[in-house]
Amino acid sequence: MKFDASYISSLLNQDHRVDMRKLDEYRKVKVELGVSKTAEGSAKVTLGETVVIAGVKLDVGEPFPDNPDEGSIIVSAELSPIASPDFELGPPDSQSIELARVVDRGIRESEAIDFKKLCIKEGEKVWIVFVDIYSLNDDGNLQDAAFLAAMAALKNTKFPKLKDDKVVYGELTDKKLPLVKEPIECTLVKINGKILADPNLREEKALSARLTVAVTKEGNLCALQKGGDKGLSQEDVDKMIDMAIKGTKELRKLI
Amino acid sequence: MVYSKRFDGRKFDELREIEAKVGVIKSADGSAMFRMGKTIAIAAVRGPRNLHPRFMQNPEKGILRCNYDLMSFSVTERKRPGPSRRSQEVSLVTEKALLPALNLDEFPNAVVDVFIQITQADAGTRCAGINAASLALADAGIIMSDLVCAVALGILHGDKVIVDINKEEEDYKDGMADTPIAIMPHSGKITLLQMDGEASKEEIKQALEKAKEACKKIREVQVKALKEKYGGMKNEV
Repeated sequence: MKFDASYISSLLNQDHRVDMRKLDEYRKVKVELGVSKTAEGSAKVTLGETVVIAGVKLDVGEPFPDNPDEGSIIVSAELSPIASPDFELGPPDSQSIELARVVDRGIRESEAIDFKKLCIKEGEKVWIVFVDIYSLNDDGNLQDAAFLAAMAALKNTKFPKLKDDKVVYGELTDKKLPLVKEPIECTLVKINGKILADPNLREEKALSARLTVAVTKEGNLCALQKGGDKGLSQEDVDKMIDMAIKGTKELRKLI
Repeated sequence: MVYSKRFDGRKFDELREIEAKVGVIKSADGSAMFRMGKTIAIAAVRGPRNLHPRFMQNPEKGILRCNYDLMSFSVTERKRPGPSRRSQEVSLVTEKALLPALNLDEFPNAVVDVFIQITQADAGTRCAGINAASLALADAGIIMSDLVCAVALGILHGDKVIVDINKEEEDYKDGMADTPIAIMPHSGKITLLQMDGEASKEEIKQALEKAKEACKKIREVQVKALKEKYGGMKNEV
């Protein structure tokens, strides 16, 4: 893999990428809705050869004491060995926890969902939104694919019926989730001094630093996550944010 | 009360609509999707590859390891991600259902891993999983004596035997004995047989007969899916 990293790095001297893309070019993205009919909302995102499924389940539970009139969201991600020879069975490792938390932050901090509208009875009953993300094939940039799948699944979600404050699963109403913002995440990586969008798996293994940027429809940032072993200069960060704002505009059109 | 007409209008020995596709996961050595009505299973094979921990290695032949998992949103009420007692048992019986069809003699000390994910469940998930896994193993080029085909039957004691029950039938109020069966259609060998409920000896015999017929149809769909990917090849699958 070391050889591959230096090959990828040397190609970038001429601004060339291993798959012939431009530095800011995304791979082909496909969004399919309603892929799991047992979920209240679901979506499958194919980003190049990376495939992610997200499903939304709604349940009724008690609100947190500090926000008695607000529902809540719980995001989790499974990096199952079905998706990659590098993933192993067992409880979520740090990579899948980071993936889920960065998706969670992008949705939560942009206030994408109007949690007040998820209140059924103040202090007693609220809707809890579970977003579960499963990777089916990892060819890099699971983060952007996961976020897009989560947002698409949330947009695809319809409330189930309620009877005596209990959920009647399998019977959906026409009511959609109160989505007020549409954040999208874009991940940029730095390899050999160049900034690239949408890294594939080979590029991910060669990166020195990465930055995930969540951008709202208005162009404001609502979450950031820096990763990778090396540091970023302020110019790098500036450039990455600009590229993320541009990239998220394109991705937003797909959901 | 006699169950005289199926909820979805099928004949009592009629399978749900079935669909199979080979090669659905690019990074895997073999993979397949298998859909039975509203139940969808995806399987990926990784290996033969090195087996760790080493004490599990068999110096005479490769071993098979299966993992079955329901996606948390594949069922009506959200299931917590991760393994459960149920999923571990299903993984085990899936492994035993597939093993008789495999020849792993050429891979001493190695493991063939099979990962099954259910994306949407409407009963018969272990059977759909076995059907997908068997296709994925063939896609991975593992030597097999036959494909393994599986179907869940329902036995209404004192009434009738029903092929490929869905969730609504599984929950039938008068008690439906759920009977998943896997067969290697060529030899007729049964590699999975479970039942919970009440049934007579005659009814089990009848269930096995019906399963045999249904599995032949499942095999046809599996072979067709393999031919769609490997159609250019001359030999019959």
